[in-house]
Amino acid sequence: MSNHYYNAADLAKFGNIGEFQKELADKFFAWYGTAFADSALTAKEKSLIALAVAHAVQCPYCIDAYSSDAYEKGYSEAQMMEAVHIAAAIKGGAALVHGVQMMNKVKGISM
Amino acid sequence: MKSLQATGNKLADTEVQLGILEVGMDGTYQPIPFQEQLLQHGLYPLKPTHISTLQVNVGKMCNQVCKHCHVDAGPDRKEIMTVETMQACLAALDHNPLISIVDLTGGAPEMNPNFRWFVEEIKKRKRHIIVRCNLTIIVANKKYNDLPQFYKEHGVEVVSSLPFYSKERTNKQRGDGVFEDSITALRMLNEVGYGVEGSELKLNLVYNPAGAFLPPDQQTLEADFKKALYTDFGIVFNELFAITNMPISRYLDYLLQTGNYDRYMERLTNAFNPAAATNVMCRSIISVGWDGYLYDCDFNQILNLKVSSGEKHISQWNQSQLNNREIVINQHCYGCAAGSGSSCGGAVT
Repeated sequence: MSNHYYNAADLAKFGNIGEFQKELADKFFAWYGTAFADSALTAKEKSLIALAVAHAVQCPYCIDAYSSDAYEKGYSEAQMMEAVHIAAAIKGGAALVHGVQMMNKVKGISM
Repeated sequence: MKSLQATGNKLADTEVQLGILEVGMDGTYQPIPFQEQLLQHGLYPLKPTHISTLQVNVGKMCNQVCKHCHVDAGPDRKEIMTVETMQACLAALDHNPLISIVDLTGGAPEMNPNFRWFVEEIKKRKRHIIVRCNLTIIVANKKYNDLPQFYKEHGVEVVSSLPFYSKERTNKQRGDGVFEDSITALRMLNEVGYGVEGSELKLNLVYNPAGAFLPPDQQTLEADFKKALYTDFGIVFNELFAITNMPISRYLDYLLQTGNYDRYMERLTNAFNPAAATNVMCRSIISVGWDGYLYDCDFNQILNLKVSSGEKHISQWNQSQLNNREIVINQHCYGCAAGSGSSCGGAVT
C-alpha cells in the first residue's frame, strides 16, 4: 500500500478492477464505451462534458484523462477553461442557491 | 531555432536515438519489442506486398524549423540531391513501370535547385506526382510565388502540412507567422483550382499533433478542418491525413525535454493495432534518401536503417531483391501501427 491516496500510474490500471469483480467491470466498461461513442452528441462534445464533470467531481484521474482527450480532439485552451468555469459556476451556484434555504430558516425562527 | 545537427545535440547521432528507443533514457525502460508484437500476430518478418510508390527525399534544406520534424530539416541543412541521383531515380522508373506514384519530399523539396526539372522529367514518364509542400515556401520568396501554377501545369497532387486550423496551435509547432503564411498559400492554391469542387487538382492537408498525444479520429477532424477553414478563411481542400508523430529526431528531443517520452511510448504500444500493422505503408513504397540510398520508409531513412536487400542504392535498383526483402523494423514502428494507423496518406484502417 502506497503512502498517498492518488498515483498517476493508477489511471492506466483502471481496467484491472475486473480482477475483483469481472462481470460488473465488463458491464461498466461496455456501457462506458457506448456512452462515449458518437451518437446524438459527438464523441468530441462528450469529451468536453466529461472534462467539466471531472472538475465538478474533482477526480484527478478523470481530469488527467479528459484534459488530454479534449485537447487531442481539437478543443482550444480557452474552450477547455470555459468548460471548467461552467463546472465551477454550477458548483458555486449550487452552494449559493442553498442560501435561500438558509434565509428561509432564519426568517422562520427570527421575530 | 536550429537543427539538432547544427546545435551538436547528441540525438543527431542515429545510434543514440536507436539506443533510447530500445531502453529509454536511463536504460531501464523496456516496451515490448515491435518485432514481438508482429510475431504474435503472424506478421513477422514483415514483407512488401508490392512497390507502387517511390518516395524521394530531394534534400533536408527547409525554410522552416518545426519542433516535431523527423528529418531535422532547416535552413542550416545543406544535404541536397544531385542531378545525377535524380537521373538514377528516373532510370529506376524507366525500368519499373509498376511504380505508378512518385512522392517528393524534403525538407522543402522546392528548395532543391533541380526540383522543377525533376518534376518535368517524372511527368514525361506519366507517373502520378505528389509534392509534400510546407505551404510557406510558396510565399517565402518571389521565385516560389508561381509554384501553384507550376503544380497545376504538371497535374501535381499537393499534400501540405497544416497542424491545425487555429493560429495558436499551428505556430506553436511550426514557428511564428507560419499559420498566416500557410493561409495565404492555401488561398493561392485555391485560386488556381486546387481543392475546389469539380477540379481534378488535389489539395490534401496533413495534421500532426502539436504535442505529446496521438491524432484523433481522422474523419471527424477532417470535418472540423473543413468547417473552420471555410468559415474563417474561405479555404477549401480535398482530404485531411492525420499522421502520428514518430518518436524520433526532433520530436524525440521534444518528448525527452518535456518528460513525455515514457508515457508517449506507452500510449503507442498500448494502441498497437494488428490491422494497422498489416497495412503499413512500407509494404508498398521505397524511400530514396538525398544521397540515393534506399530505405523502407522516410523514418528509417532518418535513422539510417537502409533496406535489408543486397543492393542498397538507387543506381543499383534490383526489383527482385526489393520485392523479396525483409522490411527493417524498430521501436519507432509503433507510430505507424497505433490506433487507426499512420502513413504518409494518413490513417490506414
